[in-house]
Amino acid sequence: MTFIWNELRDLRDAVDLGTPPRDGQPVTLSIDGVDTTVPARSSVLLAATIAGATVPKLCATDTLECFGSCRVCLVEIDGRRGYPASCTTPVESGMVVRTTSEQLVKLRRGVVELYLSDYPDSDIDGGWSQFHTTLAQVGLEEGLPADHPYRGGDTHADVPVDESNPYFLFDPAKCIVCSRCVRACEEIQGTFALTIAGRGFSSQVSPSQGESFLASECVSCGACVQACPSDALIEKSLFPEGYHRADPR
Amino acid sequence: MTTNVYVPCDAIALALGADDVATAIADQAAARALDVRVIRNGSRGLFWLDPLVEVDIDGVRHGYGPVEADDVASLFEAGFLGGAAHPLSLGPVESIPEFAAQTRLTFARHGVVDPRSLDDFVTHGGFAGLRRALTLSPDELLVEIETSGLRGRGGAAFPTGIKWRTVANAVATPKYIVANGDEGDSGTFADRMIFEGDPFCLLEGMAIAARAVGATHGVIYIRSEYPHSIATTQAAIDAARSAGWLGAAIAGSELSFDVEIRVGAGAYICGEETSMLESIEGKRGTVRFKPPLPALEGLYGKPTVVNNILTFASVPWIVANGGAAYAAYGVGRSKGTLGVQLAGNVARGALIEVPFGITVRELVERFGAGTRSGRPVRAVQVGGPLGAYFDNAGLDVALDYEAISDAGGLLGHGGMVVFDESVDMATQARFAMEFCAAESCGKCTPCRVGSTRGVELIDRISAGTRREANHEQLLELCDVLEHGSLCALGGLTPYPVRSALRLFPGDFGLVTDVAQ
Ligand SMILES: Cc1cc2nc3c(=O)[nH]c(=O)nc-3n(C[C@H](O)[C@H](O)[C@H](O)COP(=O)(O)O)c2cc1C
Ligand code: SF4
Ligand code: SF4
Ligand code: FES
Repeated sequence: MTFIWNELRDLRDAVDLGTPPRDGQPVTLSIDGVDTTVPARSSVLLAATIAGATVPKLCATDTLECFGSCRVCLVEIDGRRGYPASCTTPVESGMVVRTTSEQLVKLRRGVVELYLSDYPDSDIDGGWSQFHTTLAQVGLEEGLPADHPYRGGDTHADVPVDESNPYFLFDPAKCIVCSRCVRACEEIQGTFALTIAGRGFSSQVSPSQGESFLASECVSCGACVQACPSDALIEKSLFPEGYHRADPR
Repeated sequence: MTTNVYVPCDAIALALGADDVATAIADQAAARALDVRVIRNGSRGLFWLDPLVEVDIDGVRHGYGPVEADDVASLFEAGFLGGAAHPLSLGPVESIPEFAAQTRLTFARHGVVDPRSLDDFVTHGGFAGLRRALTLSPDELLVEIETSGLRGRGGAAFPTGIKWRTVANAVATPKYIVANGDEGDSGTFADRMIFEGDPFCLLEGMAIAARAVGATHGVIYIRSEYPHSIATTQAAIDAARSAGWLGAAIAGSELSFDVEIRVGAGAYICGEETSMLESIEGKRGTVRFKPPLPALEGLYGKPTVVNNILTFASVPWIVANGGAAYAAYGVGRSKGTLGVQLAGNVARGALIEVPFGITVRELVERFGAGTRSGRPVRAVQVGGPLGAYFDNAGLDVALDYEAISDAGGLLGHGGMVVFDESVDMATQARFAMEFCAAESCGKCTPCRVGSTRGVELIDRISAGTRREANHEQLLELCDVLEHGSLCALGGLTPYPVRSALRLFPGDFGLVTDVAQ
């Protein structure tokens, strides 16, 4: 079973360019020393994907416009300060991009540790979502070490699951607040049923109107479930026995 | 002959009872049948003297302060209308040492004029910059700004001339001018002083920007906590429009430009330029990724100049006197003057406009007269809530964007908050993380989750729980925040935290050699 899911996951990742393909004049840039040519207005993430580099990504997917919120796709670009997000950086001719370095490895890992500090341990082992792919990419497939200083802090483990929709459920404990569902609802379905409510740590996906998914303008199209990289939004049919959270850690 | 008596109407003076003082002066004058005109001016920025009452005697303004309503009768009895001595008399206001030692370019009219009077503004040199701008080509105007070396006063210190030229070169229309008056930094009030002390100067600066880049519409974003600012600025807009200084064909030229006020959404992050643009467009104030730069795709996706209020207010002087005259002040790449705001535990809270190059120590000790408590200065936070702390030994750093940055800090909007020996720097570091957590827009993960983890780590360090491991993790978190955040809220929060850890490890219970 795991094997099949791995294959499926690989397949999906192999074709996800990260950001939507663009038409435009060809632009050539260097990705990890390899000259790569993509249409103008493409993102550095797309160019890197085409060049065969593995750049982690969580908020970006090629069916949605880029958003720049998850900060795991950071790269180094000659002549630019800091670590630009590859998904929101348009390619430029002659750009020199590095998708990996000691500092990038550390930074991405540091960001993912923050995600893990608010993610249920019980859902790490055997998971096959894109979030799990990212964990493996940064070497955190085992989750946060037991003695990690981030442990013991505030989490969303106690926020109740929303099972009001007949087809899918939403588990806030697994939500990484990437806004892909919100954007999918807007950009793919053209409905504005979802929003991010609250600010800072309490930011959470929420139906725009009403208290539950069922009471919202949601038309149950499933675009949000499709878009969710962490299985926080997931089909109920996968849980014939009902959805039960494992004991919080 | 009528005697003009000035009583400030700035929010600080009002909070200190300026309205009662103004009423008492009018009442006493009436009771004594004296011909007195009470004029409400802006603040001189010498807050320890507020309400600072000034009497105009043969064109020289004599000061009395701080005046309470109960002092007014005795002022009349002493003969203050003739400049007579009184325990509160300060002599000619412009000879007060802390005032005389300043270089007032941007704030030249502050406290001198009635902020709502267009005539007063024009009499005191107002619109000289715009008049000259209308005789220059947009390119010549851009050259003046570039020559001045003016850099953004809102935080990032980006060269204003380069920003304006980018907008001028953009082809899309319409173009917008947006003045950022969200002023969320604790201990800062310079934007508020412009709004309440010389709002026409802001309008003039914005109109000059419009001329330079070809914009037609302006927005002034004012934080909702500034009701007096909103009222005074609106009055100035109305007056300028009626007199033909805003609207179609300004001063008979081909320049058409009008402005409106938008009231802020009450969140610190709405001061970040892209978040502010979202807020002006009626959306939730969250940060947009860059590029595209607002200069090319800003308000409603159109080319937009976004500058701080102080930046715009510096422009009229530059254009009236020439960019080179402005660049003659200052040091290195920090040209001209800065309106420094002294606050916190300081004996003399004030707005001090000085050329770049003076040291922070001079500002705090000479102008601020040290702490209010009288105890030694232990730390100064430079540049607002996201700025680094300096310890007493570090105060000889120059007021200069590069020097402060080399010392691990940032100058930001020019705020300096002073602390005496009673401050606990672990509490201050925690406050920085808490501030980030409270103000985070929640879009990017380093800031959204990291700020909360930061508070937790500092709490554990302070409590002595696995101190070394938590300290190490805190430093790593600071790296992730600095390099991983989408905007400078998360990106700069490490500044106060790291500086507190580095300079005051004992406050965290960390032994010194571990912190070094
Ligand atoms: C969290 C945050 C808050 C900010 N708040 C303000 C503010 O209140 N006023 C302001 O002018 N700039 C603020 N800025 C800076 C603006 O994003 C922008 O750089 C500035 O308005 C540009 O004008 P300037 O070039 O004249 O400085 C803030 C930036 C950040 C990251
Ligand atoms: S529910 Fe899924 S798609 Fe939506 S924000 Fe959370 S993790 Fe992202
Ligand atoms: S750093 Fe904080 S405020 Fe800035 S975009 Fe990220 S979450 Fe929003
Ligand atoms: S994939 Fe680029 S920031 Fe999320």
